[in-house]
Amino acid sequence: MNTLVTRGIQALMVAVLIGAATFAMMRALPGDAAYRIAAGRYGYDNVDTAAADAVRDELGLDGPALPALLHWLGDLLRLDFGNSLVSGQPVIAEIGHQLGASLSLAAVAVVLSLIMGPPLGILAGLRPGGLLDRGLLVVSTGLKAVPQFLMALILILILSVQFRLLPAAGYGAARHFILPALALALGLAAVNARIARDAMARIGAMPFYSFAQWKGLSRRQALLHHGLRNVSVPLLTYLGLQFVTLVEGVVVVEAIFGWPGIGHALVHAIFSRDVPMVQGTALCLGLGFVLINTAIDLLTARIDPRRAA
Amino acid sequence: MKHTLAFLAAALIATALPAQADDTLDVVAQFEIQSPEPSTTGYIFTRMGITETLTHADPQGVLTPGLATDWTADGDGLSWTFTLRDGVRFHDGTAMTAEAVAAALDIARTKPGPLAKTPITAIKAMDGAVVITLSDPFAALPAYLAHFSAQILAPAAYGAEDAGVTVIGTGPYKITDLAPPLSLKAEAFDGYWGPAPHVPNVRYSAVSRVETRALMAESGDADFVFGLDPASVARLGLSDAVTVHSVAIPRVLLIKVNADHPALSEPEARRALSLAIDREGIARAVLRYPEGATQLFPPSVGAWHNDSLVPLAHDPGKAKELLQGLGWTMGGDGILTRNGERFALTLTTYPDRPELPLVAAVLEQQFRAIGAELTINTTNSSEISAGHADGSLDLGLIARNFGLIPNPVGTILSDYAPTGDWGAMGWQNDEITDLARSVGRGDGGAPARARITEILQTELPIIPIAWYRQTLAVAKGVEGAVIDPWERTFGLPELRLSQ
Repeated sequence: MNTLVTRGIQALMVAVLIGAATFAMMRALPGDAAYRIAAGRYGYDNVDTAAADAVRDELGLDGPALPALLHWLGDLLRLDFGNSLVSGQPVIAEIGHQLGASLSLAAVAVVLSLIMGPPLGILAGLRPGGLLDRGLLVVSTGLKAVPQFLMALILILILSVQFRLLPAAGYGAARHFILPALALALGLAAVNARIARDAMARIGAMPFYSFAQWKGLSRRQALLHHGLRNVSVPLLTYLGLQFVTLVEGVVVVEAIFGWPGIGHALVHAIFSRDVPMVQGTALCLGLGFVLINTAIDLLTARIDPRRAA
Repeated sequence: MKHTLAFLAAALIATALPAQADDTLDVVAQFEIQSPEPSTTGYIFTRMGITETLTHADPQGVLTPGLATDWTADGDGLSWTFTLRDGVRFHDGTAMTAEAVAAALDIARTKPGPLAKTPITAIKAMDGAVVITLSDPFAALPAYLAHFSAQILAPAAYGAEDAGVTVIGTGPYKITDLAPPLSLKAEAFDGYWGPAPHVPNVRYSAVSRVETRALMAESGDADFVFGLDPASVARLGLSDAVTVHSVAIPRVLLIKVNADHPALSEPEARRALSLAIDREGIARAVLRYPEGATQLFPPSVGAWHNDSLVPLAHDPGKAKELLQGLGWTMGGDGILTRNGERFALTLTTYPDRPELPLVAAVLEQQFRAIGAELTINTTNSSEISAGHADGSLDLGLIARNFGLIPNPVGTILSDYAPTGDWGAMGWQNDEITDLARSVGRGDGGAPARARITEILQTELPIIPIAWYRQTLAVAKGVEGAVIDPWERTFGLPELRLSQ
């Protein structure tokens, strides 16, 4: 309960800070916002001073900064995110659409990474220094070293262009998930596997684990009853941190695969000075971070009651 | 463990099998859908055959009937009557009335766009026609009505403050699902006034990265892939799965020059910069085009291409001589100086078109060879416009569309009569203003056009570099693909899927 209250206050502070920071940053950027918004709306063939002036008049961009920020905060309290300055659509509707696309992609990527990384890591950790352990070190270091955009292009070239197994890009069907999720998951799994391997090696070397085997449990029983639960604590904690990597990756991967997600939306909104969209998306990502960390805290407390005490 | 992995592998492969040949044509291009608003996203709706305009244009730029069957101006040219096509229905089943057309055009001209720059004073609905009255004669008016922002939508398509809320057009395709920013689906509209399209369903996907679009064409994910980069065109040309089309379009890669800048105010200085540019090299090496520009308009824009002009040439030696004649002397660092001022300029460009920063980097080298120092500023496209307005722009490397309306006089009027955000800056020529207006009115013909191009070629308020080509990759099973040089339509209704 206490955790929830603390986290609730934290979320509120995050919201105010993100709102104020994004607002200040967008105002501090060089260049005239009216022109940027007009370019976002009408494109480079049709942006001109007349269009920028029309945008300025319509949005009242000349007003002072502080009332505009207070207005935004007031709206936020009423859960009103405002309208996008570029498309004119409600920010909440756009974010709803895009956040859904990003979350589903991120979820598939995390699940894929969990299927690939930790099992291999645990197997490697059971025999530290073994062939699998050494092989995995090379592979995971290699995978982590490949930038995500390169990974995405390599996957497209091999799986779509060469073998024609998967669509190169697009959104809508289940098969569109595989390549972008894989591009994200390989990087995540590379680190997952290392965390799981180190945790398993550490736990495997502990006296209680040796005792479990002395008292007659099979290797399998010892792993299932005494190993996995202990390995999962650092793994889950790290998963919370991976959310940041994931957000970064989503921005790149979404652009390459033409995925209508929040990373894509954020980049476009910044480029065309769409302040309400930037505030809305940044807020969603910030609150998402708080939410995920809260969930991970609660979960690890459940798994390892010593921590909750 | 093994079982899980094997199952997963099987599941991956099962979901991964390519989709069965279907009756949907997949179109991919770089343009993102913002909203159902015609003034911003309308060009996607017209290209996809969802909405239509009163006039259309053939590849030569000759206007053809669209939703209007014919149009005439009265004696003094101040009143135009557009006779509307009979029996046209909107996608919601309502009839296209003269009132609906007049209302749509009235809304369009209040929003930023070419229509706002026409001398229209009123648009009235008559019996089966709309009458447009003007404050000045304007022969180019029918071409302006071919612009996407003048598309005709049903009254129910507009919401508060005349913003587009749903797309209810008259075209051969009707939207079934609009999912901004990246996709829309449409099906053949059975109430269409013209011949029914051959392909029953079309799907549009916006893919902003050009590499991804090329890979989608190569892997067969998309049937109709628009806007390819030079390197992909070369690679796709070798593929058996696609046919690559390429057509010269009235879009020109050019340098916008601030003629108020002390170093650029003399025509000789601008000519020197022009002589420093190796257009052939840029065209072949960066753009992979067969040739560079020799004047502003490409031969494909027949009415404006002027064969009698002396072609723009590459001659760095001559360029240096010209600058020397203007009093510039070479400094110790290889940069020219005059009265203590260095010949140093900032070239502003934007990354929306990926070739622009590349060409900018080549220009930096070529200008340095004659002693001009260039700083490249790659930023938002609107900085060209903003820099024009506050006078801070030196040089702008831009891709200017002379086919905004299917008549280049529209762009000439907005850019050079007398100046424009994407045209002349600090350079005014009364003769060109008068000539352009006379062409716009309709009383200036071929001689006026020839004189306009001649003035632009000798004065160089802008320095042309290359004529653009539009590229398209079409899957082998798709027949009838043609690129519209005016960038108005994808021509989807004429396409056929062969089995």
